[in-house]
This record gives sequence, structure tokens and C-alpha cells, in this order.
Amino acid sequence: MRANNERWDLAGRDMEALLAEAAALQGESLWQDARRRLRRNRTAWWSLLFLLAFGLLSLCAPLLPIPSPVALDLQTEPMPPIAPWTEFGNHNYTREYWELSAIDSAAVDLRAAIFDDWQTGSWMGRDSKGRDILSRIVWGSRTSIIVALIATLCSLAIGVTYGAFSGLSGGRIDNLMMRIVDVLYSVPFIFVVIFLITIVNEYRTELEDNWGIGRETVFYLVIGAIYWLTMARVVRGQVLSLKNSEFIEAARVLGASTRRILFVHLVPNVLSIVIVYLTLTIPAVMLFEAFLSFLGLGIEPPKVSWGLLAVDGTEAINPLRIFWWLVVFPAAAMGSVLLALNILGDGLRDALDPKLRGKD
Amino acid sequence: MTRFLLRRFMWFAITLFTVVTISFFLMRSVRGGPFDTDRALNEAVRINIEARYHLDWPLWKQYAHYVGPFNLDRHGPEFLGGDGSDLFGGVLTGDFGPSFRYRDYTVNDIIAQSLPISALLGTVAMMWALALGITTGMLSALRRGSGLDISLRLAATGGIALPNFVIAGFLVILFVFLVPLFPVAGWGSLRHMLLPGFALGAPFAAYISRLTRTGMLETLSQDHIRTAWAKGLTPRLVIMRHALKGGILPVVSYLGPATAGILTGSLVIEKIFYIPGTGSHFVNSALNRDYTLSMGVTILFTVLVYSLNLVVDLAYTLLDPRIKLEDE
Amino acid sequence: MALLDVQNLSVRFDTQDGSVRAVDGVSFQLEEGETLGLVGESGSGKSVTNLALMGLVPAPPGVVQADHINFAGRDLLTLTAEELRQLRGNEISMIFQDPMTSLNPLLTVGRQLSEVLEIHQGLSRREADRLCAAGLADVGIPEPETRLAAYPHELSGGMRQRVMIAMALLCKPRVLIADEPTTALDVTIQAQILELMTDLRERHGTAIILITHDLGVVAGCADRVHVMYAGRLVETAPTAPLFSLPVHPYTRGLLASVPTLTGDPTSALSSIEGQPPDLANLPAGCAFAPRCDYAETRCRSGPMPLEAIPGESAPRTVACLLATEIAAASGGAR
Ligand SMILES: Nc1ncnc2c1ncn2[C@@H]1O[C@H](COP(=O)(O)OP(=O)(O)OP(=O)(O)O)[C@@H](O)[C@H]1O
Ligand SMILES: [Mg+2]
Repeated sequence: MRANNERWDLAGRDMEALLAEAAALQGESLWQDARRRLRRNRTAWWSLLFLLAFGLLSLCAPLLPIPSPVALDLQTEPMPPIAPWTEFGNHNYTREYWELSAIDSAAVDLRAAIFDDWQTGSWMGRDSKGRDILSRIVWGSRTSIIVALIATLCSLAIGVTYGAFSGLSGGRIDNLMMRIVDVLYSVPFIFVVIFLITIVNEYRTELEDNWGIGRETVFYLVIGAIYWLTMARVVRGQVLSLKNSEFIEAARVLGASTRRILFVHLVPNVLSIVIVYLTLTIPAVMLFEAFLSFLGLGIEPPKVSWGLLAVDGTEAINPLRIFWWLVVFPAAAMGSVLLALNILGDGLRDALDPKLRGKD
Repeated sequence: MTRFLLRRFMWFAITLFTVVTISFFLMRSVRGGPFDTDRALNEAVRINIEARYHLDWPLWKQYAHYVGPFNLDRHGPEFLGGDGSDLFGGVLTGDFGPSFRYRDYTVNDIIAQSLPISALLGTVAMMWALALGITTGMLSALRRGSGLDISLRLAATGGIALPNFVIAGFLVILFVFLVPLFPVAGWGSLRHMLLPGFALGAPFAAYISRLTRTGMLETLSQDHIRTAWAKGLTPRLVIMRHALKGGILPVVSYLGPATAGILTGSLVIEKIFYIPGTGSHFVNSALNRDYTLSMGVTILFTVLVYSLNLVVDLAYTLLDPRIKLEDE
Repeated sequence: MALLDVQNLSVRFDTQDGSVRAVDGVSFQLEEGETLGLVGESGSGKSVTNLALMGLVPAPPGVVQADHINFAGRDLLTLTAEELRQLRGNEISMIFQDPMTSLNPLLTVGRQLSEVLEIHQGLSRREADRLCAAGLADVGIPEPETRLAAYPHELSGGMRQRVMIAMALLCKPRVLIADEPTTALDVTIQAQILELMTDLRERHGTAIILITHDLGVVAGCADRVHVMYAGRLVETAPTAPLFSLPVHPYTRGLLASVPTLTGDPTSALSSIEGQPPDLANLPAGCAFAPRCDYAETRCRSGPMPLEAIPGESAPRTVACLLATEIAAASGGAR
């Protein structure tokens, strides 16, 4: 009993600070631990580096001395790739893009200032309209990555809010909310979504003129609306298990407010699992973009995305001549990024949740 | 059991009601109606068409007519003012009404024509995804850490990472043009079915392989497997009878989502291979603003996936005697 | 000749964190119809020793070495995997600690029992079922025929352990290895299960290796007791002499930590101070020395062979340099 009294004396003084420190420490060591484990997982580490490099490349797309992704040069047949050592570059650059944002056009100006009209040769060939594949892949990666990021963040926002609310409420509300998620899981959502997209398409101009909502925004919302389910479940599970854990209990005993508990204690702990699902949702969303673009419901020309590139590629498949570069290069770019994301996601899951290690 | 089924049915009714209602009102509120492209229609023809599709009715009546169960037009039941020749109609009786685009067909006609094709394609895809996924997943688990395991896992990750139309593209280049084993496209014989089925099933095979591997490793590490070895069972018995059953339980619960996924994938695959299935009709209807058709397909697939999920849950209780449905 | 003769058995696990010596130079004999108690703390290598006998040490990471493991005149080390499999569950069977997880939850009890007979005796399912029902009746399960159709989760813990025992005895094995058969059960059930095992031994003449860390269990059932510490045998003796005069300081510690009815209820139970050693890097000399009250400098180097205690009539050995002094001191004090 004496020992207990002493403990609570300590609590009276600065248990709160101690707790915060402990939580921070716990969080820190968790991350350090995770980083160490991730580094030990070589494939995941290389995937991360690859993705960073690729991200940088696509971010710098307007600065690179590559041809315009849309400049047409109508030919009868797609032009095959040129090896860099036969034609490293030429002076045919034309400044043709879709409506770029202010930053991007400034970057393009800068590019023109540095490289003038010099551009790389068609190292990955050209499509039937004479557009440079390499350039389209790089520019396409921007669209795809942005779509994926924003849509994933959308789903994250919905999923985390829903899951955390459900988990924190508990009882009947929790029960009902999760039952709804169960039900939504067994609805083939994509059909509903496609149906919705076609309807929304009717109102595109109004939406754009009156609300400034473009097709892409709708796109983000719609994808976010599909992919939040898993996130909600996972976050709820995590919240439930944390809610009953000792340090939250201790914080509550000490009179910390619900909001404080939420932000100081729950968020850092839920974060790890959220990050894992983020890395696994991004590739899923990229696939979905490709899927919708393939059906003509996604990104629209003249803009270019990986989905559209893949569509161009598969459409060019015909029995007479195989324009392999139209299929192989975009598929390789998309495949390697998605593969890297998947490997990184698996690696992160292993690193953050050692229990699951090597099982999947 | 009955309680479980009742509850499931209740949720099903709520879901379906929501889907139907939202889609219906969205569809009817779309400006211009479905006949926008025929702008040159003269007044008489327009009125004629609107009457044919009951667009001249008040919205509530259109809705009641669409949902059913009573047929509200002049063939409807006598107590609603019809001639009684066609009592029932609407979604509740499985009648999705006329197609907006193919004027001479009802949505049911189109589905009846195309669904068997899609079902066959989906079955082929699912069968081969299960066969390949479970085999490779087992091999991977049993040879854990070996070169085979690593390459199978890499292939599985690749299968999950690539869009199925890219996989389809490679398959076509390989097996149609370079090594002409299969016809390019179309429908009719078994040979027409294999390549699309393969492409459609590939991502699911990959995912099932991963699930099986995880499940098998989990089961193989359990105590009762040690008991099975200690009893002197042959490796075959230990794996096939004792480990596999527990190992593929995750695959069983994945069958529901996989069905939904295969239906989704069929949209793309049917388009690539020019297969006249429900999926390609759905895509066309979405692009053509054939709202009744796309709604019909959406509702049909919702019912299909929902029922399949139910079947899967029931099957799960057969496989795992510990699960009791009432406990849900 | 002994039924089972193990000479210099070692098992190590080559893991990422280094090589773990789970069993180190263990030798023992088991006579026909005898019960041998094997005691020791958690992690002392009891289970691994017996898994090695069954050829069930997971490899990798496990590596099993021995001079020989003779069973009924055959060296188990030289048998093929298939020959070993035919022995398992047939001539040597094993019961595990936790009956909750040791039965397959997805198969009926009948299926799990009958497959043993099907595989070892080539019986048909029907014949096997008849024998299984008899086997269940033998271990005191009422209505055995209906139980055959039950799934493990429908039975209580004690029932499940009875099923495990029945399963192990179906083929009338010559050796039964019981790895903590009662640890997961509550006390009354424990007594029933132990009684059952003693009874079965008497009727079938099965030799039993009884693994436990409960010395009470050993006192009641075993003819001889072997004490293990950190993968090595530290003391072997017939049961009665061991309990009346434990020699190895570790054994003494174990015994002192058991509450007795006759002891002074006010005196504190002692526990052995300190932690079990890290098997990946054992100290030189006696592994128990760091926790031993008697330890001297000479205990911390050199090998610690099992040696007979001079002046003792019972066939007992101990691995302690101070054995003579301790034996003399406590013998004198008595
Ligand atoms: N598969 C394995 N891989 C690595 N080490 C192992 C493995 N199995 C057992 N060990 C190690 O071998 C040592 C002995 O384990 P064992 O299970 O024999 O102990 P025990 O005496 O049976 O303990 P308990 O009373 O807890 O059952 C332990 O330290 C354990 O860490
Ligand atoms: Mg043990």
C-alpha cells in the first residue's frame, strides 16, 4: 500500500509530463526500430530509394530537356526507339502543353532558358501520332502520382475519421457503423461509381464553371469514397485496442481531455498502421485510375496519365506489326513503380508490425 | 441460423433499396434525358418516346413503377386502373424495364443474352485463379525462404501490381502473335475463352497465392500440426488434411471480394477481347447514357455479389466448426 | 538391454542471434515399463530432448547430434525419414502440454483418432472407429461413440487431454512421452489424468517419460528422476532418494520452492534467485554457478561431468564438484 501511495505522489507532481515523455519515447523507439528493420530488408529499402528517385524525376518533368508530351507529328506508323548513342538529342523542341499551372509554366520557361530548343532523341520511340513516349511516361507519372496521392489522402481522411469515431464511440454506434462498412464491402462499388461518374459527367461544365470542381476533383472524391473502407476498419481496430491499453487509461485517470488523449496518444500510435495502408492503397488507386482511363471515364486527353498510355499501348496491338515499345515501356514504368510501392508497403508492415514478419 | 439469415436479408434489403433509390433519382434528374443526341427529334416523336418510357409521369409514379412490384401502366392490376393482363413488374420482380438505347430490347433481354457469356468467362477466371493461387501459395509456404518461394512471391507481387489489361496485352503479343496458339478475339469456343480467362484471373491468382502462403505458414506453425507429425502421419496427410484446410480459410473469405473484383475486371477484359458479355454492355451503357441498362447491371451485380458473400459465409461455417452464425 | 538408450545427445538451433545449445551432451536409459521423470525450469531443454527422440526437431534451424539413440536395438539416427515416421505414434508416442491447441480444431475427434490406426495398422475407417471408441472408453470418456463425432472445441480441457492420451495409446506404443500433460489443467483434473496414466502403464506396460516442472507430479508417478538445467542433466536418481536427499544445489533449490503439507507453514518458500542463463553463450564451468549459493572459483571453469556420489548406495549421479561435501553435510544434519 505504501508503495502505491508513493506512486500516486509522483503522479500528483508530474505524472502527466512523464507520461507524455514515455509516449514520445515509445513512439520514437518504435520509429527508430522500424527504420532499422526496414533498412535490413534490402528490397524494401531499394524500393524506397527507387520511389524517391522516381518521384524527383516526375516532379522535375517541366525542367527536363525532354520533348513535349503532346506535340504531334503525324506519321503512318509509330517510330521505333532510337538508341541514345545514335541520336542523343536534336533541336526540334516545341513548346506545346495542355493548360499548365503557373509554377509548371514557369518551370517550362526556365527549361527553355537553359536548354533552348534542344531535346533528347526519342529513346523510347514515338506513338502513332508522333508523340514522344519517354516524355509521355514522365509527364504521365505526374498525373498518376498526383491522382493517387490526393485520392488516397481523401480515403485516408474519410477512413480515419469514420474508424476513429466508431472506435471511440463504442457500443451501439460502433456496432452500427461497422455493420454499414461490412455491408458496403459486399457491394460491387465500382459499378455504382461508374454509374455515378457518367451522371456527374452530364454536369461537368456547370460544376466547373460554378464551383470550380473539375472532373479530376470528382475523381478524387469518388476514389476516396471507395477505398476508405479498409482504412476505417483498421483504424477502428487500432483505436479499440489502444483505448483499453494502460497508458491511455492512465492519461484518463489523470484527467487529460478526450481531445488531448486523441492527439497526443492515439494519433502517433495509429499513424504507423495508417502509413502501411497508405503505401498499399496508393498502388491500388493507381490501378483504378488506369482502369477508369481505360474505360474512357478517367483522365482525358490531351492530358496524359499512365492509364491512358497503357490504353494507347494495348490499342496499338495488332496482328500486322507489333509496336512493342508502346506496350513495354509504359508497362515497365508502371509495373516497376507499383511493384516498388507494394514491396515497400509489405516491408513497412513487417517493420512496423514484427508479428506479421515474413508471413506475407 | 435463421436469425443470421434474417439479419443478412434485412441489410441486403436496405442496401439494395438505397442503391436503387439513389441511382433512380440521379438518373431521372439528369438534364436533357437520355435522348440528347437525337436533338433533331420533332415534337410528336419526342412525346411518343416520353410516353413509351413513362417520362411524362410524375416522378413518384415513375419510381413506383420502376421498383415494383406492381406494373403501373395500362397493363397493370385492375385496382390501379390497368387491364390486369400484366399484374407485376419492376425491379422487385426482376424486371429492369426497357433499354434507353437499344429501343427494341428490354434490359432483361440484353442481360439474358450476355450474362451466360460473362458467367462462363468469370468461372474460368476464378477456377484457374484458385488452382494456380492455391498451388503456388502452398509451394511457397512449404519451401519457405527458397529460391522458388522468392520468385513465386515476386511474381505474385507483380501480378497484383500490373493492371490486367497490360497483362492481357502481353499475353496477346505472346500467345496470339508471336506463338499463335489462340485466336485474337471473339467468342465461341474454349480456345476463345482461355486467354481472356487467364488475363482476368491473373491478379486474383496472385492475391490468392499470397493469402494461401500466409495461411499455410500460420497453420503449419500451430501446435496441432506438431501432433499430426508425432502421430506418424505421412507428409502428404499432414499437409493436405491437417494444414491445407486451415490454411485456405483466408482464401475462402476472400472469395466474395474476388467475385466482385472479377466482375470489375471483366469490364476491361471483355472490351479488349471483344467479348459480348454483360461487362462490355455495362461500359457501353455508361458511355451511351443508357441509364436503365447500367442501373440494371449495377443492381444485378450487387445482388450477385451480396448473395455470393452470403454463400461464402455459410461455406465458412461448414469448414470451421468453431464459427457459429448466431454469434455474429 | 535398456529399451531406449540415448548417448551424448546434443541439439542446437542456429538462429540469427547466434547458435543456441538447447540440449548439450545428454545421456540416459529407459527401461521397459519404467516411468522416468524429467524436471527442470522452463527453457532447460526438456521438450527439445524428447522432440529429438521423435525426430521432430524443426530443421532448420535445429541440428541434432548424438553418439547413438538406440531404441529396441535400432539406432534411430540411422533410420530414414520414412522408417522414423513408422515408429512415431506407433512405437513411440507423445502427448503435448496444451490440449486446447494440440488437437486440430477443424477435424472431428474420430477423424483424428482413426487416422492413426489407418496409417499404422492399415485398418479401414470402420474398424478403426470401433477401436477408437474402445480407446476412448479406456481413458474414461463416457459415450465414446458419440464423442467420435465431436469437434475438439466441444470438449472440456480434461476431456481433450484424455483424447490425446487415447490417441497416443491407440497403437500400444512401447514408449509414451508425456510433455507436461497436466500443466494446462486445473488441479482436480490433473490428479485424474495422472492416475489414468499410472493405471494405463500398469495395464499396458508402456514405458513413460514424464516431463514436468511440477515436482509433486514426479514424486507421485516416477520411478527415477532426471533433473535438467540449461540443456544438461545435472542430477539423476531414483525418486525416493532424490526427494530425501537432493544433492545438486539446483535440485535443492527446486525442492525448496515446493510447498509441503508437513513443512512449517510460517517459513517462507524460497525461490531460486537470478535468471536462467542465456543458452547462446553459456558461462564456462557449471551453468548454475552464477545462481548457486555454494559456488566456488573452481566451479567456474572446466567440464562438469555427471559422476556417481561416493558412499551412496542408490544408483545416482550428479554434476557438481561439491557433491560429496553437500551430501555429507545434509546427510549428517538429518
Ligand atoms: N525452433 C526453435 N528455434 C530456436 N530455439 C528453440 C526452438 N525450439 C526451442 N528452442 C530453444 O531451446 C531451448 C529449450 O526449449 P524447450 O522447449 O526444450 O524448453 P522446456 O524445458 O521444454 O521448457 P518449458 O518448460 O517451457 O516447456 C529454449 O531456450 C528455446 O529458446
Ligand atoms: Mg516444454
